[in-house]
Amino acid sequence: MSRRLLVLACALIYLFLMLPLLVVFPISLSSAPYMQFPPPGFSWQWYERYLDDPQWIDATWRSLYIGVSTAILALALGVPLAFSLVRAKFLGRAFVERLALAPIIVPTIILSVAIYGIFAKLKLIGAWYGLVLAHTVLALPFVVLVMVAGLRDFDRALEQAAEGLGAGRWQTLRRITLPLLRPSLVSAGLLAFISSFDEVVVALFLAGANMTLPKKMFDNILMEIDPTIAAVSVIQILLVSVVLVLIGRFGRGLSGSAR
Amino acid sequence: MASGGVEGSAELRIDGAAKRFGEVAALDGVSLQVARGELLTILGPSGSGKTTLLKVVAGFEKPDAGSVKIDGVEITALPPARRDIGMVFQNYALFPHLTVERNVAFPLEMRNVTKAEIARRVAEALALVELAGYEQRLPRQLSGGQQQRVALARAIVFNPRLLLLDEPFGALDRKLRETMQLEVRRLQRRLGLTTIFITHDQEEALVLSDRIAVMNKGTIQQIATTTEIYERPANDFVADFVGESNIFHGTMSGTGVVTLEGGRQLRVSTSAVPGKRVGVLMRPERFASGGINAFAGEVVESVYLGTSFKLRLACEDGLELLVRQPARGELPAPGARATFGIDPDAIHVF
Repeated sequence: MSRRLLVLACALIYLFLMLPLLVVFPISLSSAPYMQFPPPGFSWQWYERYLDDPQWIDATWRSLYIGVSTAILALALGVPLAFSLVRAKFLGRAFVERLALAPIIVPTIILSVAIYGIFAKLKLIGAWYGLVLAHTVLALPFVVLVMVAGLRDFDRALEQAAEGLGAGRWQTLRRITLPLLRPSLVSAGLLAFISSFDEVVVALFLAGANMTLPKKMFDNILMEIDPTIAAVSVIQILLVSVVLVLIGRFGRGLSGSAR
Repeated sequence: MASGGVEGSAELRIDGAAKRFGEVAALDGVSLQVARGELLTILGPSGSGKTTLLKVVAGFEKPDAGSVKIDGVEITALPPARRDIGMVFQNYALFPHLTVERNVAFPLEMRNVTKAEIARRVAEALALVELAGYEQRLPRQLSGGQQQRVALARAIVFNPRLLLLDEPFGALDRKLRETMQLEVRRLQRRLGLTTIFITHDQEEALVLSDRIAVMNKGTIQQIATTTEIYERPANDFVADFVGESNIFHGTMSGTGVVTLEGGRQLRVSTSAVPGKRVGVLMRPERFASGGINAFAGEVVESVYLGTSFKLRLACEDGLELLVRQPARGELPAPGARATFGIDPDAIHVF
């Protein structure tokens, strides 16, 4: 009996999570000129419209390279930070760790307003690298969380063994430590990428005329709502899904053991 | 390498090594020497400082005081990478992302040995530990014993001046452990490698060592050959830690006579002068049925061990004895009366 209830609850939750997809996918393939569910017929027209519109394509590319740049920058900052948090003893270590996670806690809109103020002075509004800087702040907690978990599980006897066998610090890092942390690095980088690729609030404030994909979608919903948005959604969902599959295949979960 | 590593092997000298962790003195002025080609075991319970001593030798810990010298050259401040010491870790510390071949090649790659030379020496080392054919396996695809061999091959492939073994057999089952012990001993002799072996297992220490250094509370209690340690321990701790023992205390009450606390007199052969407070060690297997120094009493516990009987004897004067006798005839049942004697020469006075 209780088992049946459990199954039922799971099914309902699953349905709740999946319903948007179940609606979006058919609409993106609709033959109707407006949002209509269920769609009256099948057509590729909305995908064609997306591919033919340079604004959409521009926005997609911009989101991609902003996402990749954010991931690189967040790794460059977050990995050394995680190393120092796990391995170094210094005053205020716990404080720094919480500070690094703060962007998760502070409402994004507050963060956006604050960053907007600074960026307006620095003339960074509308610059793609400005958005990269802001997204890096948001992505940093993911990188730090994943890397700290990875480093806590790391068997330091391996590094001692390497040093004992004649490897210097850098050789040990390059030949032993980083290769063994690769699953964590992959997860951290891809999560940072997704957090930027999906991000709309900061983009609304900082992107200016240079649309990222989420911002373009947002504007599109405000202006002219047609099934193109469904087609774009499907493309975005598929892209993020691919990234998540990559994390599952080559990465390492926050809680789980290394693969 | 296989052709006599003796010339590469070195002697080690530690002088007054001390190391504190907060309030605890992990090493309290430890001095010892290991001769070229010798296998010295450092034996002690956990927390005795043996692991700290090993780390000081390997370079993972800097001693607060004292020095470590290899062939007379001070290495106390040298980083581990520049000490040329091969080490087998407790859990082997094989690099999980590298194949057996790459694991063994690692120390050679760090020394910029040519590719051809690396291939030759890796093959040689793997042959030596009987793992030829396993080159492309990953560590996790090997059994515990095989991982152990890889760790050993990796530790000796670069002709280290010294080999350190940190409780390397702890994770193996008994049978495999005994095989590996003999194998390590054979390899060490053949290569003439100066070796320090760390263990808390006294049986293992007796099997493997040329000499044993028994450690407790950060100091060396005794450093001597295996027979010396077993037959003539320097103090209570060593007598108790190595092997089974009956230890009593008393006073020399005449030439060759000890009066134990409780009044019993024992005939012993020692040069200790009358009046001296002494410890007395009687190994359980040295008792015979009857003879001089007779102990009569009641068997309170008896165990059959295949090759021997192990008995606990409660004597009339309150002494309790552990006795081992060759397993012949009936196992004396608890409650039975028995008398055992021990030759004065078989009693060690310290």
